[in-house]
Amino acid sequence: MSKTLTLFRREMNAYFATPLAYVFIVIFLIMASSLTFFLGNFLERDQADLIPFFQFHPWLFILLIPAISMRLWAEEIHSGTMELLLTLPVTTAQAVLGKFLAAWIFIGVALMLTFPIWVTVNYLGEPDNGVILASYIGSFFMAGGYLAMGAFISAMTKNQVIAFVVSAAFCFLFTASGSPIVLNLFSGWVGDSATHFIAGLSFLTHFQDLMKGVIDFRDVLYFASLIVFFLYANTVAVDRARGA
Amino acid sequence: MIELDHLTKKFGDFTAVDDISLNVEKGEVLGFLGPNGAGKSTTMKMLTGYLVPSAGTARVCGHDVRKSPVKAKSHIGYLPEGAPAWADMTPDTFLNFAARIRGLSGGEAARAISAAIENTSLDTVLNQPIETLSKGFKRRVGLAQALLHNPDVLVLDEPTDGLDPNQKHDVRELIREISANKAIIVSTHILEEVEAVCSRAVIIDQGRVVANESPAELEARSERHNGVSVTVRPADLERAKSAISGVTGIAGMKNEGEGQLFITVQGRKPVAAEVAETLKAHGIAPIEFLVERGRLEEVFRTLTHSDTAETASAEQNS
Repeated sequence: MSKTLTLFRREMNAYFATPLAYVFIVIFLIMASSLTFFLGNFLERDQADLIPFFQFHPWLFILLIPAISMRLWAEEIHSGTMELLLTLPVTTAQAVLGKFLAAWIFIGVALMLTFPIWVTVNYLGEPDNGVILASYIGSFFMAGGYLAMGAFISAMTKNQVIAFVVSAAFCFLFTASGSPIVLNLFSGWVGDSATHFIAGLSFLTHFQDLMKGVIDFRDVLYFASLIVFFLYANTVAVDRARGA
Repeated sequence: MIELDHLTKKFGDFTAVDDISLNVEKGEVLGFLGPNGAGKSTTMKMLTGYLVPSAGTARVCGHDVRKSPVKAKSHIGYLPEGAPAWADMTPDTFLNFAARIRGLSGGEAARAISAAIENTSLDTVLNQPIETLSKGFKRRVGLAQALLHNPDVLVLDEPTDGLDPNQKHDVRELIREISANKAIIVSTHILEEVEAVCSRAVIIDQGRVVANESPAELEARSERHNGVSVTVRPADLERAKSAISGVTGIAGMKNEGEGQLFITVQGRKPVAAEVAETLKAHGIAPIEFLVERGRLEEVFRTLTHSDTAETASAEQNS
């Protein structure tokens, strides 16, 4: 555990040792608020909730989370530090977990820095803060899902651009499968149960449940199991690179 | 302390390391030699737990690298090829991280870090990002990391590559100093380094051990071992030739420059005394008289013949 924590700290410091952290946070905040105000019509809607804010998170994450995850392993493989990392007295699982947790908490920090929008909505009206909290938790878990997927893909290549593009594509697939456009397409020629299944795989479906303020065990379990699965796959991918 | 037990690594059809078995005891410095792509780095990567062997295993202080990798790794200090380090860290944060991950903390960590810094003369660059450091400093940062926890086993992949002659000298001195209670493996291309620091040399070629003996024994394999190089005044050259040809035990003679003769001997037995006496008896005073110990370079060339282009590309694909 203490080794995971040491790796976590090294990773976390690495974000802030370079402009990466600051650029990421600034871009995330600008994009999140522009989408909320311009595309989500936050003010014109005249309703005291943060749906215009949270509804864009899946689409925002598709673009921004692969930007974080792409370097996790690809950079280590490319620069040779993977050899250094894995010849330290740590297990592959500790390395995978330390890296993932640092990136996840970092994204959590970026998410927390969106608090002015919460202040704003509380100033303008009387929103249900329980729903907002559930949405934040949902958004954080969803980010973890995207991140675990991206980390796994990053361990399969030493090229960060490939890691980014492939991760973004996968994130998109896992999101869009729950969008009305895709579901309507399928419902025409496969049964309801199949459509349901496809929707059930989507980040969007589960996130929308959480966004309504209902912390359903199944939605949390969905994201948690997705994270666990991809972290396990990540371990296998790293060990595969070592020729196991 | 280090045991390689039928260690084998295959990348697809290509066998990079082919059934290598050898031991390194405490106090030994083993020089690992071989042409590019012979399997030196691959062997070291398996020993240090980075690559998983295709067959066989390695043991470090009794811990099998396959069965208890973390225990084995905790006894090793490893400088990987090219001395990789996280570019955004400084030597200071890097060494602190390394100390913590090795389970050192507090005063113990501080002492270990300052000793490593002193041994590798890193004090002037402690707070500069590693990416801005010169090649020599980067190598020393890697070396400091490997030495930090005073490991029982040191594995150094080309530790002096990219260093200037003074730094090379320092690193060799350092290796000699700490070698008494450690088992050390050093890979190198530089043959003089083997003579300078190693108590034993292993030459590998195409993944196999082709020689495993002391540097002196290796030199004795040279064609030139115990040969005598004599330089005389050009006027005396012909007389010297005919005089020396009468000495028993010599195999041949050839001109190697102005007035210089190189005498090869039969069975590599010493003939220097006889040659000197013969010259004296004929009243020829040599300007230079030298007994050859042999040339490692020549031994190396006769023992190895890897097709470097082919093997190098195979390693790249791995």
